[in-house]
Amino acid sequence: MIFQAPILALLLISALAALVSLWSAGFGVQVLRRWDVASGARTQLRLERATELVSTLFGFVMLAEIAALLLFVYNADRMAELFVGAMCAVGTLNVNPWGFPALYLKIAVFFSAALWLILDRADRLGRDYPLAKVKYAALLPIAGLLLAAGGVEIAYFLGLETDVITSCCSKLFTPVNEGLASEMTGLAPGRALWMLAGTGATVAVTGGLSLATGKGQGWFALAGGVMFAVSLAAIVSVISLYVYDHPNHHCPFCLLQPEHGYYGYVLYLPLFAGTAFALGAGVTRLFHGVGSLSDTLPAMTRRLVVSGMVAFGLFGIAVVWAIAASQLILFG
Amino acid sequence: MVLAEAPELTVQHLRMGRHEMTDGAQIAGIAAIRGVTAVEGRLWGYFYDAASGANYTFQVPDDPALLPGPGEVLVGEGVQRARGATWEGAPLFLSRYTGDMVKFEVVRTFSSDSALVSSDLVLLNEADFRAFFKLPEGVWTDLAVSIRNPLEIPTIMEKASKLMPDARFITRDEIGRTYQKLFSWREGLMIALAAAAVLAFTIFAAEKASGLSAEEAREIGVLKAIGWDTRDVISMKLWEGALISLGAFLIGTLAAYLHVFAFGAGLFAPILKGWSVIYPDFPLAPVIDGMQLSTLFLLTVVPYTAATLVPIWRAASADPDQVMR
Repeated sequence: MIFQAPILALLLISALAALVSLWSAGFGVQVLRRWDVASGARTQLRLERATELVSTLFGFVMLAEIAALLLFVYNADRMAELFVGAMCAVGTLNVNPWGFPALYLKIAVFFSAALWLILDRADRLGRDYPLAKVKYAALLPIAGLLLAAGGVEIAYFLGLETDVITSCCSKLFTPVNEGLASEMTGLAPGRALWMLAGTGATVAVTGGLSLATGKGQGWFALAGGVMFAVSLAAIVSVISLYVYDHPNHHCPFCLLQPEHGYYGYVLYLPLFAGTAFALGAGVTRLFHGVGSLSDTLPAMTRRLVVSGMVAFGLFGIAVVWAIAASQLILFG
Repeated sequence: MVLAEAPELTVQHLRMGRHEMTDGAQIAGIAAIRGVTAVEGRLWGYFYDAASGANYTFQVPDDPALLPGPGEVLVGEGVQRARGATWEGAPLFLSRYTGDMVKFEVVRTFSSDSALVSSDLVLLNEADFRAFFKLPEGVWTDLAVSIRNPLEIPTIMEKASKLMPDARFITRDEIGRTYQKLFSWREGLMIALAAAAVLAFTIFAAEKASGLSAEEAREIGVLKAIGWDTRDVISMKLWEGALISLGAFLIGTLAAYLHVFAFGAGLFAPILKGWSVIYPDFPLAPVIDGMQLSTLFLLTVVPYTAATLVPIWRAASADPDQVMR
């Protein structure tokens, strides 16, 4: 089944990412061992020169991986019609045991890519490569993650057999099963909404405080991370019901389909972006004291906090709109 | 689509793994299964016309409005095209073996609007069909089973397979899926073939970008001399490259759109649609698919950017006096 245009594009990106990350990791090891900005030695000059290429190339691959997550999900949804029993992306991902791990790894790659890009950007604010070692230390595990994600993705695509009968989302997202999906489904709608509102308020308060005082971005990042988890649970437990106008359909993937106006993208894009910005603010906060960054980095952290709050705000508007525009009455 | 009108279930008798005529006596048995609304025996087959070198599909229509009278046929436009019939209603002469000649009056030719299904079609009535192929009474090519509730298809299939253990059952969904898979597989194959071209293009782009013209080298040298940093030069060059590849992508997409929807995709249609002597002529309905566009964008722009990055960096990181010299 790998002779499908989107699959070929995804494999191309993964192959490129694997190649670049291996090479960058090799370079990263050299940086970690020999980097010394004070030295004028030949090796140091060579490293400084090459780091421009490596970080540009790796940053470019990270951007491509972010696009690949979107394409992966979109493609999984689109291919559902090829499999017996599949009605949305869940069925496609369930065709073999590699499907969901591939998705989770892709999501992990997305967040680490976003954080690395933010780190890279922070590093470029200072003229003396202030974060070079941090950046390359972070690159090593990301390279491993990229390789793992690429391997699992290939295993998944090679194992796509159309004569396998897969299961539909209504089977996975029911409260009677065991596992995380059904825990999320079984969460009472009222409780899920209260939790969502509570974490949303916490995000707003911590964000506002960090903007006012210039401190506490770590709390904002933490609140953003919790917000991500709670939002996913709330989408499965209650928001999807409002989008489908149906009291029992909980699938978070059918939201991506044209029948529901691609509403899933309206929900997920700001949610993922907001989480990435919030976590990024938490990361850049750690380096406010670094010499050449002490003037410029706080402004960037501030921008990240604002972007995160705007993205979460958009997500909140999307949630409220889904509930307000729905014909479904769950309470009262 | 075309398949929406197909029967929910098709039953074909098999012998030695090959398709065989189905005995009409089975019809009553299957029709008695609860949930089946109708069972109809269908007659269809293929005929190789040595005169035109083409294969026709012969069929007895189930729609009474399309049923021709004795000695008459309805034909698809491809049949007339293959035989070189010069005027509307030219009779159809068919020869089954040397010395044999059967004449049919053509009462109607299907327009090319429905060519995808009717191009090579010859419709005739049941008596003529049986006489032409020397078929006995009471046998059918296959059975079309109509089922009211699609959820019952698997159960009905199971019951029917007890009645006809040596038969093959094909559901409408299966046919649709097979076609979908076939078309996307052909598309992927085309891309795999095009991969060689993409690779060549990538090498060409890298080559082009590494051989800086004297003027470009001077430009970079001057920029660096007036205080531009390596990363400024890289980002300028990247923006330049992004502009070029985006422009090229838009032009290419426009050209491809015109090629497919205005000129009928003359270059690739035979591979994607299939081919035969009387392959249908049909216009494609213009559709733009966001996923296809983004896939193509990733497939072309990503390799280009990756290929040009290294040469750009090499030019940008060189010392100003070195590039200007």
